[in-house]
Amino acid sequence: MEVSDRVDGVPPSGIRRFFELAEEMDDLISLGVGEPDFSAPWSARDAAIASLERGETSYTANRGKRELREEIARHQAQNYGLEYDPDDEIIVTTGASEGIDLAMRALVDPGDTVAVAQPTYISYVPGVQFSGGKPLPVPTRAEDEFKLTREVLEDAGAQAADALIYCYPNNPTGATMTGDELAEVAAFCREHDLIVLADEIYAALSYEHEHTSIATLPGMRERTVVFNGFSKAYAMTGLRLGYAMGPPEAIGAMNRVHQYTMLSAPTTAQHAALDALRNCDDDVAEMRTQYDRRRNFVLSRFAEMGIDCFEASGAFYAFPECPTDDSGAFAEDLIHEKKVAVVPGGVFGDGGDGHLRVSYATGLEDLKTALNRIEEFIS
Amino acid sequence: MSSRAEILALLRENARYSAEDMARQTDLDPADVEDVIAALEADGVIAGYQAVIDYSKLDDERVRALVELNVTLDRETSYADIAERLAKFPEVEGLRLVSGDYDFDMEVEGDSMSEVSRFISEKVAPVPEITQTVTHYVMESYKERGIEFGDGHDDDRLSVSP
Repeated sequence: MEVSDRVDGVPPSGIRRFFELAEEMDDLISLGVGEPDFSAPWSARDAAIASLERGETSYTANRGKRELREEIARHQAQNYGLEYDPDDEIIVTTGASEGIDLAMRALVDPGDTVAVAQPTYISYVPGVQFSGGKPLPVPTRAEDEFKLTREVLEDAGAQAADALIYCYPNNPTGATMTGDELAEVAAFCREHDLIVLADEIYAALSYEHEHTSIATLPGMRERTVVFNGFSKAYAMTGLRLGYAMGPPEAIGAMNRVHQYTMLSAPTTAQHAALDALRNCDDDVAEMRTQYDRRRNFVLSRFAEMGIDCFEASGAFYAFPECPTDDSGAFAEDLIHEKKVAVVPGGVFGDGGDGHLRVSYATGLEDLKTALNRIEEFIS
Repeated sequence: MSSRAEILALLRENARYSAEDMARQTDLDPADVEDVIAALEADGVIAGYQAVIDYSKLDDERVRALVELNVTLDRETSYADIAERLAKFPEVEGLRLVSGDYDFDMEVEGDSMSEVSRFISEKVAPVPEITQTVTHYVMESYKERGIEFGDGHDDDRLSVSP
């Protein structure tokens, strides 16, 4: 059967090859995993089980359970100062990924240009393409610690774009942006009338400063859609639950796509999420503490090995410079010779080449062994 | 978190972390870590280091019992006096004054049930201030000091993911 040109034109993810290599190996330690090594807090899992026991297996409202949207609004106001109306400014989605797809389809017209800050999570460029838009890579620079700046936006020609999508704290670099740094990006977007799609899925994992949402900056709320969810902070990746927040017209348009394609996000997961927001602050804090210790450990070890690595300050990734020129070959050889998996930065778009994504969502003993093996490999 | 609190948290997680590994996880030097630990030991905050053992995995399993003790006090005898006397017995692994229906919660360990029983009836019950003992033998242990026993949970994540 012939597939559509639209899909045919989008290549499979470059991460796939490393997944296949890693799967062939026994005793592999993977620092290539983009999800937490913890399980969801027991309280949230227990709430999901209890909802199943009560037989709550029906659809929910398209936009998600009303109490969950209220709890999301309270949580976001309390933690990030974001004020959204649970009635018409919040939609619960099947992972933040669905929210991003909805936003692309609801806000991007064929031929529109969407600037994509890179290196970044791999779904944005294909998302733009599936909507008929034109992705415009905006490579961030190692010397800026992979932050988005006015200069890189201008260099890439983002003035002419219709929208900008980014993720901070960032996957794959672990970079974060402060309020002051975001203000520069906000000013650029206001000047050139860009919509902003802000993926804040790692907001709870910022180690050096409080997370700031661009939507809290002057003149930004009306042009921004914020994405967040439960996958990273609450270790609930497999429960597939996220949410998007934005002006009523954007969320309304996204809901129109959502009601026809998804109907509602998984009900059981919504019960887990409700409990997570009400009862799991301590679990999140404990996981954050663990990640922060591992982050310090990884950065210390790279410094000891003489590998250049900026001080990643968010998510659960470090993004060291690759000790050799070809990061793809380095990552392959490392799997074969030392049974350690990392992901070459080039997979995550422009600006990532020559670096390696090292995930520290792995217990300390494995992390220690893996870093020792990397040290042996390069010496 | 203070460096004392941080080191204690790390030691509670794994008392066998090397000073270097603790330093790497915090903003301290290995020498600072050693100093903090030495001070914690000198102050008696750290009273010792022990392994958490799942005895069911051993051939000669130890017998453990939790014993509820009721006592009566008089003008000359305090809880501390009774506790001091009981804690001296090597069979007593743990001893706590608790609120509720009884006074002391005592953990006793021995090689056999008869040894533990004999210890309770011959050494503990005869103490004049002790009015009642209720002994609960441990049948199965599922979790000790924050560590769950069992086969553990395999990492079922995809080995490489975006």
